Amino acid sequence: MSIRNLFGALCALLVLALPGGLFAQTGEPLRATIGRGVFEPIPMAIPQFTARDAAAEQFSGQVAEVITANLTGTGLFRAISPDAFITPRPNFDVTPTFTDWTVINAQGLVTGATSIGADGRLTVAVQLWDTFNNTQIGDGVTFTTDQANWRRAAHKASDVIYTRLTGESAYFDSEIVFVAETGPKNARVKRIAIMDQDGANVRYLTDGSDLVLAPRFAPNGTAILYTSYRTGFPQVYLQDLVTGARQTLGNTEGMSFAPRFSPDGRRVVLSQTSGANTDIFTIDLATGARTRLTRSPAIDTAPSFSPDGSQIVFESDRGGSQQLYVMPANGGTARRISFGNGTYGTPVWSPRGDRIAFTASISGRFHVGVMNTDGSREQLLTASFLDEGPTWSPNGRVLMFFRETPGPLGAAALVSVDVTGQNLRYVPTPAGGSDPNWSPLRAN
Amino acid sequence: MKVFNFVTAAALAVSLAACSSVDGTGAGTAGGAGIGAGGAGGVNTSVDQGSIAYFTTTVGDRVFFATDSSSLDSSAQATLALQADWLATYPDRTLVIQGHADERGTREYNLALGARRAQAAFDFLVAQGVNPSRMSTVSFGKERPEELCSDASCWAANRRAVTVVAGGLTG
Repeated sequence: MSIRNLFGALCALLVLALPGGLFAQTGEPLRATIGRGVFEPIPMAIPQFTARDAAAEQFSGQVAEVITANLTGTGLFRAISPDAFITPRPNFDVTPTFTDWTVINAQGLVTGATSIGADGRLTVAVQLWDTFNNTQIGDGVTFTTDQANWRRAAHKASDVIYTRLTGESAYFDSEIVFVAETGPKNARVKRIAIMDQDGANVRYLTDGSDLVLAPRFAPNGTAILYTSYRTGFPQVYLQDLVTGARQTLGNTEGMSFAPRFSPDGRRVVLSQTSGANTDIFTIDLATGARTRLTRSPAIDTAPSFSPDGSQIVFESDRGGSQQLYVMPANGGTARRISFGNGTYGTPVWSPRGDRIAFTASISGRFHVGVMNTDGSREQLLTASFLDEGPTWSPNGRVLMFFRETPGPLGAAALVSVDVTGQNLRYVPTPAGGSDPNWSPLRAN
Repeated sequence: MKVFNFVTAAALAVSLAACSSVDGTGAGTAGGAGIGAGGAGGVNTSVDQGSIAYFTTTVGDRVFFATDSSSLDSSAQATLALQADWLATYPDRTLVIQGHADERGTREYNLALGARRAQAAFDFLVAQGVNPSRMSTVSFGKERPEELCSDASCWAANRRAVTVVAGGLTG
């Protein structure tokens, strides 16, 4: 069996195994409950790359390390220790001696080369091998970029490898916008920050002088929306990530919050509060025109478009408790989709269109879960004192959310989990982190 | 702990109000008329009844809510009635009512819930005769807890609407 077919078979097993009792346990994080011999991560060898010149030497190890971290971070692959390598640094330009790798049970092998061009730019070349079938998987790929961008070259190479081995689109060359948190619980300092999906390259967009909440990427990744108390009460801001230009969205009277872009990037859906009543509106970014979508006297908030732009999922307590509803994108009749025990909030439509992620509060515990868009096949993926606010990876395979710990020293952290509920991992951030939002796959 | 302090302060406010009405109606209003007149009012304390500190600690600057509720119970109504009396006495004061939620809810919902709570206090004060143009509301949701523990007592203290008199605490 080729590595690819093997992987497909394992994926099929995973999918088949899901609907059953895997998530019946509600204790602390439901980590890797799939164990039980059903799934074993595929062993991969990712040795240090060939450096074609002295200046490329430093990257030959770093790029391999980032690729290793990306692949093993999925929980689908396991990296064989370089200590076991018979050929610690295989020559990129010759076909590998496959037996050197099969004897240490490496089913996949990644070889690579780094070089620095006359213009000073870095080129990373990568090849993927099926060691048990003595074949290369796909053609080699090369990425050229500024040396400072070397991590992106590693992420792009990781994306190619992931896609070739899984048949799925990837997500390593993407970013997370989130709220960086420092300071005590009752005087927390919050800053909008952006980082690579693996936690590298953190940069801050606000300075912490104003309370800020829930940043969201534009569909093309070049702008963000967020809520700030800059004027003393919450208002939605649109910030261009290229120019830094910032504008207020919506009216300036009353509170506005919970913004998200429409899939075409032309509109923003958000909630506005008038007196005790919170409703959902859209704002046309070209004309500024505001359209009211809900009129209930209840709390209607946390709206999220379907990827085809035709529907909006949101939360409302119009029925007496906080639940999820779906309505046409231009307003109209909303139908309730959440019917489990407890309350439901922060719905987010998956990029594949078939699932909705949410936060559920059940008997004093908080969960991140997923359900079909009609509310069927609900699955709780996590559990803790507070798990909240999921966001989808660009390929819809992974959810990131934030987890807050209780008590006077309670703090928030970013956590990722597979849509199957496996492979729960903390995402490194400099201090606390909350309200993550995953960018689309980066363009170039 | 804070809840307990509040209850004590509220009880004190009620008893002080009773005292001052017995003490002499003239003195009570005279004391409020001017800052300098406080000492001449004949009250045997040095507390300036027009001060923000007096409003915060003696009148009572906050009311509390049940989980996921914006209903004002009798205790909350009593506090707001005292606030309305004070505001009638000091008609030049303006204020912001901050609505807050405990940490046991999602962020957006708690923002909206805090707005409901602030508005409930606002509406009650208007019904008590306070000119709405003197007041505004804002919600902080679960962003600014006052008590830090994660048990029922702290959550109860954090589910609050706080009347912040201009020149007083800011969010």
